Amino acid sequence: MDLLNLQPAIAEIFLALASLGLVLLSAFIMPQEYASKLVRRLTIFSFLIAIFLIIYNGYKPAYAFNGQFFTSSFMVYMKVIILLGAIGILMMAKREFKQDQIDRPELPLLMLLSVLGMMLMVSANDIILLYMGLELQSLPLYVIAAIRRESLRSSEAGLKYFLLGALSSGLLLYGASLLYGFTGHTSYDGIKIALESNVSAGAVIGMVFLISGIAFKISAAPFHMWTPDVYEGSPTIVTAFFAVVPKLAAMTLFLRFTYGVLADASDSWQQIVMIIAVLSMLVGAGGAIMQTDIKRLMAYSSIAHMGYALVGIAAASDMGIGAVMLYMAIYVISSIGVFAIILSIKQEGRPLTRIEDLSGFSRSHPVYALAMMVLMFSMAGIPPMGGFFGKWYVFSAAVASGHVILAIIGVLASVIGAFYYIRIIKVMYVDEQVIEIDHNVPRSNMMIAFGSALIMAFFLFGLSILREQITAAIPFVVFVAG
Amino acid sequence: MGDISLIHYLMVAAILFTFGAVGIFLNRKNVIIILMCIELMLLAVNINLAAFSSFHGHITGQIFAMFILTVAAAEAAIGLAILVVYFRNRGSIAVEDINMMKG
Repeated sequence: MDLLNLQPAIAEIFLALASLGLVLLSAFIMPQEYASKLVRRLTIFSFLIAIFLIIYNGYKPAYAFNGQFFTSSFMVYMKVIILLGAIGILMMAKREFKQDQIDRPELPLLMLLSVLGMMLMVSANDIILLYMGLELQSLPLYVIAAIRRESLRSSEAGLKYFLLGALSSGLLLYGASLLYGFTGHTSYDGIKIALESNVSAGAVIGMVFLISGIAFKISAAPFHMWTPDVYEGSPTIVTAFFAVVPKLAAMTLFLRFTYGVLADASDSWQQIVMIIAVLSMLVGAGGAIMQTDIKRLMAYSSIAHMGYALVGIAAASDMGIGAVMLYMAIYVISSIGVFAIILSIKQEGRPLTRIEDLSGFSRSHPVYALAMMVLMFSMAGIPPMGGFFGKWYVFSAAVASGHVILAIIGVLASVIGAFYYIRIIKVMYVDEQVIEIDHNVPRSNMMIAFGSALIMAFFLFGLSILREQITAAIPFVVFVAG
Repeated sequence: MGDISLIHYLMVAAILFTFGAVGIFLNRKNVIIILMCIELMLLAVNINLAAFSSFHGHITGQIFAMFILTVAAAEAAIGLAILVVYFRNRGSIAVEDINMMKG
């Protein structure tokens, strides 16, 4: 193990330098609208370079920064999806920045910093780097939520997100301190080796705190309180970013902790993850029924989806890891598609977010309504859409590990969930049109919406290829020192 | 009365942490108090880390504590900035008034 080799972290180093360069650039280029446009383009460009650097580095497991930083094919997979998600959001952001009066260079810059934090978080191999990555991810997100300074809703969303996010960081840190104290190590490898011989009560308490802290970040119940308000209050493009990118990073962290570091204490964490999974599925399915705002509905929907993904983690098997990775990829693709359509629903440039506003959508925009229908069916888990296979793998992993009841609760929750997804389809196709929805939809939104709908509709064909990739990645997830 | 050992430090930290966590939920008056409670939680973690560091006889925990102090400062700065923005819009920072959206 070459301790001073920085090659594995080259993409992160590049993004850090790019963010510094863009800060300078945005300070010197004067008309703010022009700076915002330029910074947004350059951010997309640096994400593309980062993807290139990650893939160029290859899939071989490698350490950097004295063993603090670790990368393998699993991290490559997750980082590339994170970067692609961020690129998708930024591509749709052009019109939003103008119409939401958030046309400032800070926004793409903060997204860049946040993505850098996520990549560090995914690759961290030491609790200290994990904490630094997590905060580098969270702090820009608090600011992004409150980016519309003159709007009461946006600033309230930012304040709520900040308060609960800081609380969750506190919980996570307390858990980390106990884990360090009772194992004597901060590196994942050291903690793993210490837990192999002896799982002390203190380490278990630390583990519980740590898992609660991460559960906050993926907005799993009972730590979900902030999600609906933050989703509703933030500008829609920011909501789309929240729904897609940080979830993926936090779920990766969850996987690395449960399957990597705490693998030998799986008896202790399996119970907790199961409880969190069941609560998230039920809260997500139940809470969404009464919603009238589509952004709040998406918040509850994301809580439920995190619950389904956690079922795969609770299975505590190799099959479970593959299922979670597949589920998260499907979740990201379909969420971006749904948000691309939500972002297209405007009346004279004013965003519409009530579900009733969608009525008659199938007559005014037949193709978009079709794409939305495919995505809603996919999210509800109706075959042969992609979402069905995600759920199927997750539940069959749970059944294979003997958690039949967990799978049954999951299926029941997705039946309840199907109600509100299908209600949206009903509003689009059956109800009379009340509001004239704008017809000029940006090309990027169109491409992303149709692309993700097509992927979900013809998922069955691509599945065999994707499945091989995931099975190939599994051995690297369970990493060993040296 | 024996010597002060690791367990005493852990107890102090646990009590401080609980005060911080409970304070966040019980406090109905002012957001500034919530910020103080968060700070209290982070300091409890630092006590834990310093105690464990000296117990294990290596410096890792103290380095971790330094990182936490730095990040906590950044976090407080961002929190206060968001609070100022919120106050400009709402004209109040009472916890009960943060109720535009229910949840």
